[in-house]
Amino acid sequence: MNARIDVNAFVGDYPFRAIPHPDPDALVRVMDREGIEQAWVGSLAAAWHRDPSQSNEHLFRSLTPYASRLAPIPVVRPDWPDWHGVLHRARDAKAPAIRVYPSHWQLPAGDDRLNALATACAEQGTAIVLTVRFEDLRQRHPLDGAADLSAATVRELARAGTRARIIVTAASRDFIEEVHWGLTPNEQKSLWWDISWIWGPPEDHLAHLFRTIGSERFVFGTAWPLRLAQTPRANLALLPDELSDQRLTDPRDWS
Amino acid sequence: MPLAGSDPLIDIHAHFYYEGCARADWRELNAARLRAGAAIGISCHVGSILGSWGRHSPTYFQSPADTVRGNDEMLALQRAHGALIRSYVAVNPNDTRRAIAEIDRCLALGAVGVKLAAARRADDALLDPIAEHAERHGLPVLQHIWQHRRRHWGGQDASDGDELCRLARRHPKVNFILAHIGGGGDYAHTFTVAQNVPNVYLDLSGSGVDRGMLDGAVAAVGPRRLLWGADLTLCTGLAKLWALEPIGLDADAIADIRWRNALRIFPPNTFPTVSQPRDARPQKATVA
Repeated sequence: MNARIDVNAFVGDYPFRAIPHPDPDALVRVMDREGIEQAWVGSLAAAWHRDPSQSNEHLFRSLTPYASRLAPIPVVRPDWPDWHGVLHRARDAKAPAIRVYPSHWQLPAGDDRLNALATACAEQGTAIVLTVRFEDLRQRHPLDGAADLSAATVRELARAGTRARIIVTAASRDFIEEVHWGLTPNEQKSLWWDISWIWGPPEDHLAHLFRTIGSERFVFGTAWPLRLAQTPRANLALLPDELSDQRLTDPRDWS
Repeated sequence: MPLAGSDPLIDIHAHFYYEGCARADWRELNAARLRAGAAIGISCHVGSILGSWGRHSPTYFQSPADTVRGNDEMLALQRAHGALIRSYVAVNPNDTRRAIAEIDRCLALGAVGVKLAAARRADDALLDPIAEHAERHGLPVLQHIWQHRRRHWGGQDASDGDELCRLARRHPKVNFILAHIGGGGDYAHTFTVAQNVPNVYLDLSGSGVDRGMLDGAVAAVGPRRLLWGADLTLCTGLAKLWALEPIGLDADAIADIRWRNALRIFPPNTFPTVSQPRDARPQKATVA
């Protein structure tokens, strides 16, 4: 099973609990251990920053020494002034994608600003990474008030016809199915799902999704440093034999 | 080579299903657990069945009939699979007389521990006779735990670590397994609460795989009070096994978590395919 790129990694502190060593050098060591060649890396705290531009610049600077392994994924807020400039900055920094947090910014499903951002991303060949959640709902800090990303938001964005490539991370089986089967076949092709939160045996959600949706709609993601990087590798290792040769999509093939 | 290596490995928190329960895919679920268990290298699954899993009475508030049926099905799996499967007897503590009778019935049929779910808070006095009975027979008690319950959650009267530790302090000779630190809620609260209650063991199972959780568990109670389990997600269980060495545990500590602690707290001969640790404490019950 190929698993060469982690599309769902972060660096930096998390506002709601202490996380061991959320640093680029630790990430690279973990990647070496796990056989991951490259990671798309966001700033963990940026979702909660009103203006993400400083966290973006910090991300660019901190990842520069690791440019061959770690690709910066900055945040772009389409409800913030000069978001086009921030998007162009991402392009100039060779970011393969940007991160967008509609729930944290209270952007409803179908918001025109999200669609405009997605259209601009498609025009410059930049993918969009969405995050369903950072933590399980049952353990969240009382001040962590953003709701999980809604399936409706993802459906509306996929239906908007922006031609953007959209990766949704930290989704579970029910979320994925609710979105996927609510889209036309063409709309489905604009979405990819990371496997970081999908259950393996005995419920075998990942196997079920590979059989029904197809492994090509899935990408490798760990949610490091929030979650153990070993988890998606374990899930792939536990697939039934007949699915063991299924291939995930490698987003580097898009360029 | 099994994915988790060839050393013994005991899953102290497994669940199984049966024809007629709420899961129409019961056969696939059981088969998937055993397939994945073989791939991982699990020596023994210690499992429970909670009634009819909600079909005839609520999962966490099982009727007497459902309780008996669930335990019978679990023991049938034990008989069918030999040393690979062992059974908890699941009881509803609201009817103490029935619960104790059910423990005795299932003990005679080979059960090795008691499973308490969420029909009553763990520190309720109704659980004291059950704990006394567990002590009498040397049985560990696996208690379903919501890590730091801050409000009521529908469908269960879940206990948190505080409540279990209150029960455990009342029964210092009973080994309590605090279920699934990765199963939902704030495990950091649990670590603080359970730290100085020596007869409470933490079960690592659950879909939660937060970085820092294993480290915190080791720091709080030490590897001699941790037990590996999978509950509903064997993938996350395997990930946690793979993570034990990177977080700095040595081979001895890993062996404790994988199997030696289980041998220490379950009755003698519960795991006949796994060697006894040198410091096994004598227990009262033996497996039938």
